[in-house]
Amino acid sequence: MPLALDSRVIPFALPATDGTTYRPEDFAGAPVFGVIFHCNHCPYAQAWEDRLITAQRVYAGRGVRFVLINANDPVKYPTDDFAHMKARAEEKGYPFPYLFDETQEIARAYGATRTPEVFLFDRTGTLRYHGAPDDNYEDPQAVQHQYLRDAMDALLSGTAPVTSETKVVGCTIKWR
Amino acid sequence: MHIEFLYWEDCPSHEQALARLRDVLREEALEVPVEVTRVDTEDQAAARQFPGSPTIRINGMDIQPPGENPIGLSCRVYFTDDGRVTPLPSAEMIRRAVRTAARGNEPAPANTAAQSTRPPHLE
Repeated sequence: MPLALDSRVIPFALPATDGTTYRPEDFAGAPVFGVIFHCNHCPYAQAWEDRLITAQRVYAGRGVRFVLINANDPVKYPTDDFAHMKARAEEKGYPFPYLFDETQEIARAYGATRTPEVFLFDRTGTLRYHGAPDDNYEDPQAVQHQYLRDAMDALLSGTAPVTSETKVVGCTIKWR
Repeated sequence: MHIEFLYWEDCPSHEQALARLRDVLREEALEVPVEVTRVDTEDQAAARQFPGSPTIRINGMDIQPPGENPIGLSCRVYFTDDGRVTPLPSAEMIRRAVRTAARGNEPAPANTAAQSTRPPHLE
């Protein structure tokens, strides 16, 4: 089961492709903090990747911070290993840390099952949205519901997201 | 015309892809059975040279060369005509392959793992 709405952010300390180890407390004070399970190889993650990058850039000025976490077993999926993560982050110019959950403990603790999967926390570290970035992985021009952006807008204006949970669509996390 | 549809249950959009394939066949007025195969194990994937879910082959040829998609149980990367990544082949991609096969030609330029799936403008 995924982390329930209104739960507190689950602590972690994970290495990122930029050489830093990140913890949720590094983002204390951010009005919105997104923990997004992601990976390199998955076409769903790739299809949404540019939209996540754009969202982070657009909302950075309002204090929103994302971290992306890859928990896939790189033995089964070699393009999800740390070296490939570094290459991907550099190639795409990630505006957020890209973290490696090598033991998969954090993915399990969050109850994440797929990539991409968004857990969005408010200023107090309380889970306010869980699910997909939006309702159309195929075509960004055909999106009808901007779940993630709508949730961020709501939290930034001090209200609760109208839609707080959506179906997660993507590749399964590749467990060891 | 022999049409195969191969999928892995873990990838969520295979039903949509199969429906899209059947829609294209209906629009093209082709009454052709689709051989649907569920791939569950790495051994099956290797035996079928399965480059990810979903995969559509017409007369043995992939509708888009599998390129860098590895053989095995995974969701498959497709590229749209404008270079975007998508987990599903577009209706237009399927239609082109079907029409080419219907004319008696091969539906895709090649079916080798070494060939890139990227559109020419992204090479």
